[in-house]
Amino acid sequence: MARAINRRPGRSGQILLGALPFVLLAAAYLLASDARLAVNPNDKLLPSLESFAAAIDRLAFQPDARKGTYLLWADTWASLQRLVLGLSIATALALTAGIAIGLLPMMRAAFAPVVAALSMVPPLAVLPILFIVFGLGELSKVVLIVFGVTPFLIRDLSFAVAALPREQLVKAQTLGASSWQIVTRVVLPQVLPRLVGALRLSLGPAWLFLISSEAIAATEGLGYRIFLVRRYLAMDVILPYVAWITLLAFLLDYLLQRLSRSAFRWLPGEQSL
Amino acid sequence: MSRISIRKLEQSYGAVTVLERINLDVASGEFCTIVGASGCGKSTFLRLLLSEERPTRGEIHLDGAPISEEPCADRGVVFQRYSVFPHLTVMENLILPLELRAAPLSGRLYGRPRREARERAGHLLSRVGLDHARDAYPKTLSGGMQQRLAIAQALIPKPKVLLLDEPFGALDPGTRLRMHEILLGLWEEEKMTVFMVTHDLKEGFKLGTRLLVFDKLRWDPDAPQAYGATITYDLPLEDHRSPPPALVAEAEAEAPRQTSRPCNPRPCNRGLADVAR
Ligand SMILES: Nc1ncnc2c1ncn2[C@@H]1O[C@H](COP(=O)(O)OP(=O)(O)OP(=O)(O)O)[C@@H](O)[C@H]1O
Ligand SMILES: [Mg+2]
Repeated sequence: MARAINRRPGRSGQILLGALPFVLLAAAYLLASDARLAVNPNDKLLPSLESFAAAIDRLAFQPDARKGTYLLWADTWASLQRLVLGLSIATALALTAGIAIGLLPMMRAAFAPVVAALSMVPPLAVLPILFIVFGLGELSKVVLIVFGVTPFLIRDLSFAVAALPREQLVKAQTLGASSWQIVTRVVLPQVLPRLVGALRLSLGPAWLFLISSEAIAATEGLGYRIFLVRRYLAMDVILPYVAWITLLAFLLDYLLQRLSRSAFRWLPGEQSL
Repeated sequence: MSRISIRKLEQSYGAVTVLERINLDVASGEFCTIVGASGCGKSTFLRLLLSEERPTRGEIHLDGAPISEEPCADRGVVFQRYSVFPHLTVMENLILPLELRAAPLSGRLYGRPRREARERAGHLLSRVGLDHARDAYPKTLSGGMQQRLAIAQALIPKPKVLLLDEPFGALDPGTRLRMHEILLGLWEEEKMTVFMVTHDLKEGFKLGTRLLVFDKLRWDPDAPQAYGATITYDLPLEDHRSPPPALVAEAEAEAPRQTSRPCNPRPCNRGLADVAR
């Protein structure tokens, strides 16, 4: 009898084991939903599969009576736009500032403390300020994501830059590289994998900030919709939306993972993500 | 030409003096091997030669002019580790210096200039026997192959001086022997001046035209940090290819002590000195 730490599932065993909790969760839900609906057919808390199907059909495939748009897609488009815009701006800022702080001693002295301080500010606490300064429109939502994610990205990148072996920077100089060339040919390519990794870790917080700001002030968006229909206890809408948001988050993460696997083939095995 | 002259060189960190009173003239094309106890300042000496640090006192001249204030292409370097860029293939590592020189802004060459750069690098590539691995990433190369690549890469900008800090320290004896041949071959071809730190005295005798021993001459038992190491023995090795057997025997006897001992309080290498006399 092998020790527990040495017993491993086979290939198909792995898939089966992985699927098991999902199946159990779904079964538990269906049983509970059936039980509640048997007592009260108008129960809204645990809707049946049919009401999910009806809600999804209404939101995704029928134009909305008032706006004439397909709500699910319009919400998805609005939210993804904010998310991607916010993350792109955060990435651009973090690359510039992270490399500058990690590589240039003068920049580190000037900006490392302020970035460290900013990263401690709870982003949701500044949301009211953002609403006051930038208004209730798109801008404040994007700025919240940028504000929430950038300090972490900057710090992570600057640590990665500072951790590059000193020998490499010296060697680059003896090969005639200028500071700019060291950035573009030595430092940047080597910290890109770390950037992708940090970005993947930031996806969770970014979604959190997005949903929060949409819940408070918006006219469309995934977060706006679930908080809107909460008033009517519309679980048949909320649950599919939550599943859809989860799927989107998973897909973004998966895309970044694939990107990093295919783009950074030079990484030694233990460092690849 | 690549004549080095060093006057009254001293390096201290706060109250700790690492090197002191170093005076040295090295003719163009010499191969200086440097030995000395661990922690006595050999790497510090190379860092000064490389301009990675500024000396506390004294001057280093290359061909009569003071060396530049920061590392630059007239002095190449090979470290024991981290000497090649892991994100570039063998060929990309080799043409990097050419790209950096030709394209200040992008640091990259494309099309015909790139092909020409690859051709120029191709010669060195086959000299160090890495033809078959030109498109491999360093992670797939053995330690010896990585060091061969590092040496070839350092030579591409045609440095006047090549500095090597225990370049073969992590390699097995067989691989070392091959590396010696390659290094000596390249040295004869390129005629640069070489400074090489090694912990292997036999290697020092075999490769060098001149052997420099670093050690402390002065020693204050109450303040071990007060005095630094200097060049205690400067042995010309006339025909570096065949060191006198007696020297090698001494070297082998000395070698284990050399590496394990911290910086020696008293003048060391008495055995060596006797032989030199
Ligand atoms: N930046 C620094 N600040 C303070 N002390 C330093 C610094 N750099 C080196 N030293 C000290 O200088 C001494 C010499 O170090 P160095 O690395 O040059 O020795 P070494 O001869 O190359 O040793 P090894 O054979 O182990 O490589 C050591 O005692 C080290 O602690
Ligand atoms: Mg050393």
